Amino acid sequence: MRVLSKKNIMILAGLILTFAIVYALRNFGILTSFHEITIAMVCINIILGVSLNLITGFTGQLSLGHAGFMAIGAYVCALINMELNSTFGFILGVLAGAIIAALVGVLIGIPTLRLKGDYLAIATLGMAEIIRVIFLNLEITNGAAGLNGIPRYTNWFWLFFFTVTTVVLISNFINSSHGRACISIREDEIAAESMGINTTQYKVIAFAIGAFFAGIAGALYSSYFYFLRPEIFGFLKSIDILIIVVLGGLGSITGSVIAGILIAVLTAALQSFAALRMIIYALLLIIIMLFRPQGIMGTKEITDLLNFSKRE
Amino acid sequence: MLIIDKLTRSFGGLTAVSNVSMQINKGELVGIIGPNGAGKTTLFNLLTGVYEPSSGTIKLELNGEEVNIGGLKPYNVTKAGLARTFQNIRLFKDLTVLDNVRIAMHQNVQYKLPSSFFRFNNFYQEEDKLLEEAEQLLDIFKMSHKKNELAKNLPYGEQRHLEIVRALATKPAVLLLDEPAAGMNPFETEELTNTIKWIREEFDLTVLLIEHDMSLVMEICERIFVLDYGMLIASGTPAEIRTNKRVIEAYLGEDVSNA
Amino acid sequence: MDQFLQQMVNGLSLGSIYALIALGYTMVYGIIKLINFAHGDIYMIGAYIGFAATTYVHLGFFPALILSMIVCAILGMIIERVAYKPLRNSSRITVLITAIGVSLLLEYSMMFFVGAEVRSYPKVLTNHLFHFGGVRVNMQQIYILVTAVALMILLQYIVTKTKTGKAMRAVSIDKDAAQLMGIRVDKTISITFAIGSAFAGAAGVLVGIYYNSIDPLMGMMPGLKAFVAAVFGGIGSIPGAMIGGLAIGIMETLVAGYGNSMYRDAAVFAFLILILILKPSGLLGKNEREKV
Repeated sequence: MRVLSKKNIMILAGLILTFAIVYALRNFGILTSFHEITIAMVCINIILGVSLNLITGFTGQLSLGHAGFMAIGAYVCALINMELNSTFGFILGVLAGAIIAALVGVLIGIPTLRLKGDYLAIATLGMAEIIRVIFLNLEITNGAAGLNGIPRYTNWFWLFFFTVTTVVLISNFINSSHGRACISIREDEIAAESMGINTTQYKVIAFAIGAFFAGIAGALYSSYFYFLRPEIFGFLKSIDILIIVVLGGLGSITGSVIAGILIAVLTAALQSFAALRMIIYALLLIIIMLFRPQGIMGTKEITDLLNFSKRE
Repeated sequence: MLIIDKLTRSFGGLTAVSNVSMQINKGELVGIIGPNGAGKTTLFNLLTGVYEPSSGTIKLELNGEEVNIGGLKPYNVTKAGLARTFQNIRLFKDLTVLDNVRIAMHQNVQYKLPSSFFRFNNFYQEEDKLLEEAEQLLDIFKMSHKKNELAKNLPYGEQRHLEIVRALATKPAVLLLDEPAAGMNPFETEELTNTIKWIREEFDLTVLLIEHDMSLVMEICERIFVLDYGMLIASGTPAEIRTNKRVIEAYLGEDVSNA
Repeated sequence: MDQFLQQMVNGLSLGSIYALIALGYTMVYGIIKLINFAHGDIYMIGAYIGFAATTYVHLGFFPALILSMIVCAILGMIIERVAYKPLRNSSRITVLITAIGVSLLLEYSMMFFVGAEVRSYPKVLTNHLFHFGGVRVNMQQIYILVTAVALMILLQYIVTKTKTGKAMRAVSIDKDAAQLMGIRVDKTISITFAIGSAFAGAAGVLVGIYYNSIDPLMGMMPGLKAFVAAVFGGIGSIPGAMIGGLAIGIMETLVAGYGNSMYRDAAVFAFLILILILKPSGLLGKNEREKV
């Protein structure tokens, strides 16, 4: 059983420890609600960052519309959960939100992913704006006032569960032949096609997978914060997610995890200085691009650094 | 094996390939030469699906079956059994040598998308097989000790070699080499010449190559096609081509007969 | 019919503002292949400078317009020098992300220093209304149209008739060749940013006067819409940007006038996606293919 390799056992042990520590701290009442919100945002950021990294960092398709998929997951989950107020309703909502986000991803991806670089960026931005305007105008989503009183089922267990699942599944994908096909598109699209890779198909696959997990993140978000408004999922939210990916390193899952944590902590610390926070974000983006465009990790992973015997 | 019939491609007013017909037999090693801008690379791009033909057909005969590959997408052309290298090296620069080869083998991977997430048993079987085949192939080219190096860190000559290895990894029946000796010194060219001869035997290939280095073309090609201004102006054995008046004119200019 | 004509007049006014912004996008894209996300924010800064000039210094319309254009031109050049020039040889994604950073920096620095509240422009132009049949045209609209058209003619003159314009066209076609021909590429790019930014500054003042309200995030949407206009006209093409700007302005007013104004922004983006899919080179743009 290769699943039980030394490396995997160590990872598992680390995960259980992390889960237990937070769980204990919470039950002993050491964590304030401020801490808890930050922890929730850490998990949601990681899911968003890792899923966008698959699209932008690994497959090389710059998307400025990730918040659109998050919005779909959030609204779908909230609406289902409000009808079906139970854990089952919550899980159903999360999955339905993710699947619908992925379907929309396919629908939007097929025409737009033929576009290159900047054009794709703008098209995805436009698409997210369209999604937001639709939520702003639908009756079922209650327009600009948004949804209130969404039942809260998102807790530390579910946050942890979905975050770990996202990271594991996406890293598995990246380290598979299908994942390598995606990476080859980033490296050289024309060469990839000539090596027998249906690049359009793999771009759409990466887009749909990214959208799926963004949908999960949105669902967790809606079920944690009780309320939803379309403006939460504007252009700035998409940029927030992009900052996580870029800061961590385009093409590094570990990087997105680290950056997801950093950004959540930074956001929490600067909560009462909204404009200042955005100035810091902006400077961060510019400085990273000028002096360390590869981000914190480049394309390296923690497994490369710890020098585990890499499965080859 | 490969039957090209009245193939034409124009870009706006310019006809880059005009009414070219050629037939290449199984196992042949054929060269395509011609002055700069004669349409050689455009012809390759038509054969490999990068461009669609304006008119004409390209047929690939394989195991008694005939496939029309003209106008197919590049990945389908590769699936049909035609692989290529690029004039201006297009390796996956930031990936390892091994990954470059494994990506080219992807089209033959059997496990489906869900298994890449959940790693069912066939994931490990297929990935092991993939790794083994890739290493074998690299072994043959004495590159397996460099399998974990990034492609961009290889010396120039080895990058050109890796392009060929990567093309072979798609398991082609026909191999198209676009100026494989470009930028190589005479010693490297010599080595490449031997490699090309040898892979044709070893992998049972039909080889079509574009080359500027006449010594290489004359030495290894059994037949040569000459393009000029997008048109096929001559074909024949190296000896025939060497003495063909139209070819000499095309290379040296119109005035050669009067000089 | 009158209502339709009225919408057309409103659309043309809005459209000529978009066109002015779109020109900057198209010029910068043409020369360094960058979607300058910060462009919409230069327009916002232009609006604030116009506001300060008219409110605190009590300048008239034209002095305020010119002051705003000069400051924006300088700002544009500084941004190019500090943020984009060091990345001349970086990947396009890197430069694009930098541009997004610059955009956020301008927006939130402004918010930090002047506050987030909406401010209203003083009355610098009379509110005189002209009636043409049932169609009303006010003084501001006439000023907007005249200023926009004058600036566009000026730009067309610069690009086609002057040495600088020739250099700009040369650099946009082939940077290396232009360099070898003795054109100072860096200076030419700098000038392009200056002109584009000056136009955005002018658009900012015009919009402040027209809508009478400005805020630090006002540049985001019009910036994106102007970009749509530039793409529609064919990015890199100056006449294309003008036509595109007018078309988007008219389209937006028609959607708001006859349909649901809430869907105005969505319509513009849906339109963008359609163009990108059907004719990515735009009305007057050139099709480019990667050489294999």
